[in-house]
Amino acid sequence: MDFNLSDDRRMLKESLSRFLQDRYGFETRNEIAGSEEGFSRELWAQMAELGLIGAMLPEEVGGFGGEGFDIMTVMEELGRAIVVEPVLPTAVLGAGILADAGSETQRSLLESVIAGERLLAFAHGEPESRYSLSEVRCRAEKTGNGWFLSGQKAVVLNGDTADKIIVSARTSGADDAESGLTLFLIDADAKGLSGRGYATVDGGRAAEITLDSVEVSDEDMVGTVGEAFPVIERAVGRGILAACAEALGAMETAKDMTLEYLQTRKQFGAPLGKFQVLQHRMVEMCLEIEQARSATILAAGRMNEDRAAREAALSAAKNLVGRTARLVAEESIQMHGGIGMTWEYALPHFAKRLTMIDHLFGDADHHLERFAALSQAS
Amino acid sequence: MDMNFTPEEVIFRNEARSFLADRLPDALAAKVKGGKRLGKADYELWHDRLKKRGWLAWHWPAEHGGTGWTPIEKHIFEEECVAAGAPRVVPFGLNMLGPVLIKFGSDEQRSHYLPRILNGDDWWCQGYSEPGSGSDLASLKTKAVRDGDHYVVNGQKTWTTLGHFADWIFCLVRTDSDCKPQEGISFLLIDMKTPGITVQPIITLDGEHEVNEVFFEDVRVPVGNLVGEENKGWTYAKYLLTYERTGIAGVAFAKSGLAHLKQVASRQMKGGKPLAQDPLFATRVAQVEIDLMAMETFNLRIVSAAQHGGVPGVESSMLKIKGTEIRQEITDLLRRALGPYAAPFVPEALDAGYNEPPIGPDEANPVASQYFNMRKVSIYGGSNEIQKNIVAKMMLGL
Repeated sequence: MDFNLSDDRRMLKESLSRFLQDRYGFETRNEIAGSEEGFSRELWAQMAELGLIGAMLPEEVGGFGGEGFDIMTVMEELGRAIVVEPVLPTAVLGAGILADAGSETQRSLLESVIAGERLLAFAHGEPESRYSLSEVRCRAEKTGNGWFLSGQKAVVLNGDTADKIIVSARTSGADDAESGLTLFLIDADAKGLSGRGYATVDGGRAAEITLDSVEVSDEDMVGTVGEAFPVIERAVGRGILAACAEALGAMETAKDMTLEYLQTRKQFGAPLGKFQVLQHRMVEMCLEIEQARSATILAAGRMNEDRAAREAALSAAKNLVGRTARLVAEESIQMHGGIGMTWEYALPHFAKRLTMIDHLFGDADHHLERFAALSQAS
Repeated sequence: MDMNFTPEEVIFRNEARSFLADRLPDALAAKVKGGKRLGKADYELWHDRLKKRGWLAWHWPAEHGGTGWTPIEKHIFEEECVAAGAPRVVPFGLNMLGPVLIKFGSDEQRSHYLPRILNGDDWWCQGYSEPGSGSDLASLKTKAVRDGDHYVVNGQKTWTTLGHFADWIFCLVRTDSDCKPQEGISFLLIDMKTPGITVQPIITLDGEHEVNEVFFEDVRVPVGNLVGEENKGWTYAKYLLTYERTGIAGVAFAKSGLAHLKQVASRQMKGGKPLAQDPLFATRVAQVEIDLMAMETFNLRIVSAAQHGGVPGVESSMLKIKGTEIRQEITDLLRRALGPYAAPFVPEALDAGYNEPPIGPDEANPVASQYFNMRKVSIYGGSNEIQKNIVAKMMLGL
């Protein structure tokens, strides 16, 4: 048993950390977040060069990682600087699905993704599906040697800047059936596909996507007809792990900033940190962060185990991270006082990202219920 | 990152398991699992079996008759013991005094006391807390005044766990009052049969006799019973408190408690269905299970760091806080799982020989008492508030 990072991962972590310290200060980050595309193509290219995308993918598709701990290592560092570049939708979700279930042709696209030349998105959630993975109303109707896709996709991360989008659609079965789901890889400029992009409250970007009889061929199908659910669940599982790790990084920064503030801000003639009521709240925060880290480590370590063990650990981690992220976000603002309410200060932007991560892939309640259901089924 | 046990550790776990299957009497395991009362003879029998196997002193190096186990081996053995329903090893002589004597005692003290602890000749208890010194332990007032070859001890100790079984007590006593409180404390070994010592029971809120008050009136203690140097007792006490706390999280206890809770919830009915299927109750159980899973990994991170030579510091305090919160939550859910039948109070039923039919389900009898008893874990060993002070100071520099 050894909880230390391997040398390769430690080196990647260190180089990424240096890069972000040098190039991704808070002001730069906010400028990028407020720009038209919502991220920097220049920095994206540099991140790709650092090997950040390749680290998320296995060797057989040209990457050099792809294990749970690779995702965790990279995403935690990104979280420390609340990076807005579309790593999650492109490298974790989109590229992860193609590596998992794509055809030879589709997998060959990954070379350009790893090089930072192609952006991806995963359009799965719908206006009425909330956090369900099986509720899909978007339909794919069979034509001669292809399909027509019609439906709505909601809050698609990177949906307005991706070059290619992986769309889930129902090819058979009831609206909420796990069977009958199929994935398609579609060009973002396909006829009949339209998107309405928007900023998200935590500094990112997403889009509402409408598919109106979008024509795709059989070759655009990712995996087998009607059997996409396990692929979707695995993809979202990697997404959950990535979100948890990103939250850990953001929590560490929020904690460090709050601690520094307690040590320097003086009231009643003493640093705030001299007041026991604040000391104890700070300790509670640290303790819960260690719990959240532990749950994320457990989930990362179980990514290659059977479904029951893997999904239980993922739901446990997402629940615990969701609760802890809220605690850290709210407590950090509270202990900062007024300055924690301002746009110009970095801390509240970390708090916003931490809070909104709970809305990704299922919140703390969703995963508590899911964990209970998985636990009863086993 | 490697979250697996080595093949040797897996073999060790299997050895532990078969030893427990072979040598732990079924009747004793049933008592432990059923929450029945344990007597001195129960503990002594189990100590003796462990000793014969060479597995009694987990925290001692092999040269003193200990197991010389690594932190991970200790962790594995504790897990297996709790899962099998073994009584706990009474910690005072084996886990507390033993390591202090090994580190700070004289050769004579080591060669006299350590074998007697191993053989079960001496039953030890701990004399730390006093009526006026709880969290502020260093303010203790029990006085030891040098008189020739003896110290004369006057004062009172309290919360002395299993003191009514004890032959000896290790005590923190004040030998100097004209200095910082921590610098005037000495570590003294006292024979409980010495004239002037009185033990009185304290009955706790669950109606049980586990802890005692110990009074000292002109008790003469040979100076040879001083451990280490005079006025250095606080250092030894701190060493004892922080020593080998790999088990402090109580993961194994929490896991077995959770398993028991789930069984009870699957037998208790609500609206014609098992309580375990009630959505609200099921999510409450799920929440504590998630916390426990995370804490188990947290604990393994610390155990593994110790295995690689790290010294657990404030992490012990963090694990103590979280571990006690989780164990309290589990006993709270267990109490609630039994509904109205948590209320009947039949302390006689906790004795092994009790033959009357139970009131309500048999498993209901101990749960409320256990819940009340479990309030102690966030108070003893340095209250959770004290642990937070320690973390704030050591880790956060506040």
